[in-house]
Amino acid sequence: MKILVPIKRVIDYNVKVRVKSDNSNVDLANVKMAINPFCEIAVEEAVRLKEAGTATEVIAVSIGNKSCQEQLRTALALGADRAIQIDTEQNLDALNIAKLLQKIVEEEAPQLVILGKQSIDSDNNQTGQMLAALTGLAQGTFASEVKVEGDKVNVTREVDSGLQTVSLNLPAIITSDLRLNEPRYASLPNIMKAKRKPLDVKSAADFGIDLSPRTTLLKVTPPAERQAGIIVESIDELVEKLKNEAKVIS
Amino acid sequence: MSILVFADHDNSDLKVDTLKTVAAAQAIGGDIHLLVAGANCQSVAEQAAKINGVSKVLVADNAAFEHQLAENVSLLVTELASDYEHILATALTTGKNFMPRVAALLDVAQISDIIAVESADTFIRPIYAGNAIATVQSLDSKKVITVRPTGFDAVALDGQAEVVAVDTVTDAGTSSHVSDEVSVSERPDLGAASVVISGGRGMQNGDNFKLLEGIADKLGAAIGASRAAVDAGFVPNDMQVGQTGKIVAPDLYIAVGISGAIQHLAGMKDSKIIVAINKDAEAPIFQVADYGIVADLFDALPELESKL
Repeated sequence: MKILVPIKRVIDYNVKVRVKSDNSNVDLANVKMAINPFCEIAVEEAVRLKEAGTATEVIAVSIGNKSCQEQLRTALALGADRAIQIDTEQNLDALNIAKLLQKIVEEEAPQLVILGKQSIDSDNNQTGQMLAALTGLAQGTFASEVKVEGDKVNVTREVDSGLQTVSLNLPAIITSDLRLNEPRYASLPNIMKAKRKPLDVKSAADFGIDLSPRTTLLKVTPPAERQAGIIVESIDELVEKLKNEAKVIS
Repeated sequence: MSILVFADHDNSDLKVDTLKTVAAAQAIGGDIHLLVAGANCQSVAEQAAKINGVSKVLVADNAAFEHQLAENVSLLVTELASDYEHILATALTTGKNFMPRVAALLDVAQISDIIAVESADTFIRPIYAGNAIATVQSLDSKKVITVRPTGFDAVALDGQAEVVAVDTVTDAGTSSHVSDEVSVSERPDLGAASVVISGGRGMQNGDNFKLLEGIADKLGAAIGASRAAVDAGFVPNDMQVGQTGKIVAPDLYIAVGISGAIQHLAGMKDSKIIVAINKDAEAPIFQVADYGIVADLFDALPELESKL
């Protein structure tokens, strides 16, 4: 079985972003970028399925300009077999990303598509579900366990009330949650090997999809800052403050 | 101009967060209809009919909707969508699961996790784990929106809406429900509690979360956890507070043994009062805490419990 793993280049999760002074967006100049953590978990899951003999090929795909090839190389170093970059300078809405991925699903006909449940920059949590709708496939979002059984896949999902397990007809779309696995570190030999793995570049414009934006980002502002509070010296003082100053307990 | 709000429920009780999503609908303005999709969910419909500002409750009561599978529910909502300009769901795991499908089927963008309404087509939402706030305008004729409950105050249950059955049954037949593993707790729901006490890696193991229980009992609090505590297996996933877990904004949030990674802060920094208990005086949690105490939690928690 083929597994397709769409990945996204985002700000490194350890970096605290700053808003540009003209409030047009956040400032990503000279900021460390990385593969989105949820996408990394998705790659790891696909590679594990290949190592277990369930999958035969893992294809990583990313949409963006040339710089996202860096993240595709990371996916290749983690064990993906080949990569596709869909080249665009546009900052696309999730719907347009899903439409491009739909084309790749049609071309590659994977049995599973595993994506991260959300990217830590736009925090949208949409792409996997939209791709599932466009392809008419079943979805297992927020996955903490994936078990392929015959022509179905059982996905255990992290939901508000606990865990829910669903059975999906293959092919299916899965989005990863944090507990799906713990991604490996790429070894130096694998990083070297990844440089020689195939990486195809396709132009987004060649897919014949209307990629015009569906939303306009009017402005981006910093959040309201919390005033730093005080350090109390004792539990007695804490209880007194909560009762008489903050008045949140009685 | 009409608005359809998807009701969050478990087939017996309406989730209180739905009242906040209705508040967002009121901020947009228009005739508000509520959709209750489930199986044997009449009691939810009765509760929903009392929501202030809702003129009609649509009830799709069918086995196909029992577990609110995204494949089935999204087809239902898409069929109903022609009558509405805005479609809203609460940004909880059910809404997050099926709403982007609705948006894609309608060929429109989704605006996720809004915390405020600027106008009928412009909304405010946090990005980058809440480290930036975006004002986003939708260019589509239909708006598909998920609403972050902490951004809105619940409307009252003093209304009287007409209840109408919807006969549409949409079963995609591509997925089925296998099982649920529901965490049962006598305590209030994390999202609804006015006091939340959360433990982090500093709790060292799951047994030590008992130290939080006595305090939670005295304060009527819900118990939460940081990602580190959940990843380490101390407590189940439904207790996670953070960017990708539950977003809470109680009157009082007590963070115990939590260092305060930005991903955790994203889930709780809108709380009214934040208390941090941590033995590391340099922990970033103290930068957002109203009251901090630098102490070993194994000394501080029993003392706090005894003094409440």
